[in-house]
Amino acid sequence: MGMNTSVYVSTKRVNEILKNVKDPEIDSVSIIDLGMVEKVTTIGGNVKIVLLPTFLGCPALEIIKKNTMNAVKELADVKAVEVEFVYHPPWTSDRITQQGHKDLRAFGIAPPPRHMKEDGSWHVDCAYCGSTYVTMENIFGPTACRSILYCKSCKNVFEAMKPVSTLL
Amino acid sequence: MNMTESTLDKDYKEAVISLLFQLADDDFLYAYRGSEWLGLAPHIEADVASSSISQDSMGHAAMYYKLLEELGAGKADDLAHIRPSSERKNSILTERANGEGFYMETPLYDWAYEVVRSYFYTQAKKVKIDSLCQSSYRPIAEAAVKVKMELYYHKLHWETWFKQLLNSTDVAKQKMTEAIARVMVDFGDVFSYGNQKQLIEKCALIDTEEELKSNWKMNLDPVFAVLHVEVPAIPEKAVRNGRNGEHTKDLDEALLTLSEVYNEDPVAIW
Ligand SMILES: [Zn+2]
Repeated sequence: MGMNTSVYVSTKRVNEILKNVKDPEIDSVSIIDLGMVEKVTTIGGNVKIVLLPTFLGCPALEIIKKNTMNAVKELADVKAVEVEFVYHPPWTSDRITQQGHKDLRAFGIAPPPRHMKEDGSWHVDCAYCGSTYVTMENIFGPTACRSILYCKSCKNVFEAMKPVSTLL
Repeated sequence: MNMTESTLDKDYKEAVISLLFQLADDDFLYAYRGSEWLGLAPHIEADVASSSISQDSMGHAAMYYKLLEELGAGKADDLAHIRPSSERKNSILTERANGEGFYMETPLYDWAYEVVRSYFYTQAKKVKIDSLCQSSYRPIAEAAVKVKMELYYHKLHWETWFKQLLNSTDVAKQKMTEAIARVMVDFGDVFSYGNQKQLIEKCALIDTEEELKSNWKMNLDPVFAVLHVEVPAIPEKAVRNGRNGEHTKDLDEALLTLSEVYNEDPVAIW
């Protein structure tokens, strides 16, 4: 402890820079706001980041890993970066932050519903006009994590983040 | 965090590895057959769903192979791509071709077969995953919780198709009935642990074969009751048991195609 020449990278600085790492498929939302960052630890200039995969087969995971490494390496005093994906705890859609919900809407995607009915069905409002008068077109959207819906009020097709919960 | 190679009892470790190979190879082949429907499914929605489900399932396989790698069984990518058919532990059902012809040239695939195979397989996977959530091997139990959440959507999708086609025209019903019969011929090893039955069951990694079969039937009962159809019986004994490395030529063909892609660029991320 006596040596004040030793480098120190605070987890706060790492978390700050991780706000710039986005999901390449929804580039308005950071991995922090998606709730993918489980843990950040630093020992001197060595940084370790534990991430949770959203969906296991998501092809964006490797890109996210690489972008995370590159972003953290940019920080002053960082010597080495390790990024690891773990399955436990499982990522669930309620890990998405309020900011994440806002950023999803900005991208034209309805955020995942906070609640599901007992039979597992769920409802979201139109991402464009907020109408509740919507129908499910396809539970599977362009990526594993999204569904396609249709708004009968503004007659737009829109996407929603699927709710993912351990209750399913 | 994980129990490591060295701390596991020898029998226990063998049981974990055997079970993981069965789970991994099942999802690997199932995902591959599903991916062959890309651009061929009868609806754009079904097409998008098929590729999403295949992508998820490939992710599940990759995760099991990674758990095997952590146990010192080999490199995950190699386990997926370069093991010969005689070493594969997938069920016969998952390796079956989608129909006549080949993907790259005039495929005459059978959608009814795809719907029935996928629905029955997904229901089988569900009872296994429900059980694996309580596995004595913690890394498997944790992985199962993750798979379960994604599987929910797969089941929803295939159940919808299954019900709709069986409630549809006489031609559709006829095709579905034939498909059910064809799928069931291959169902004898789906819940089998092969020669490793005793070891796997003893280690409390997963429910017994009999418990899984009974849960599968119980989950299907209400769906079939509405359709006024009997849940088909699972064959007592498998003609060929994929869990023991007994396979059809369909698997060799699939592995040839899969390894061609892999051998072209073994370091590619898939
Ligand atoms: Zn609207």
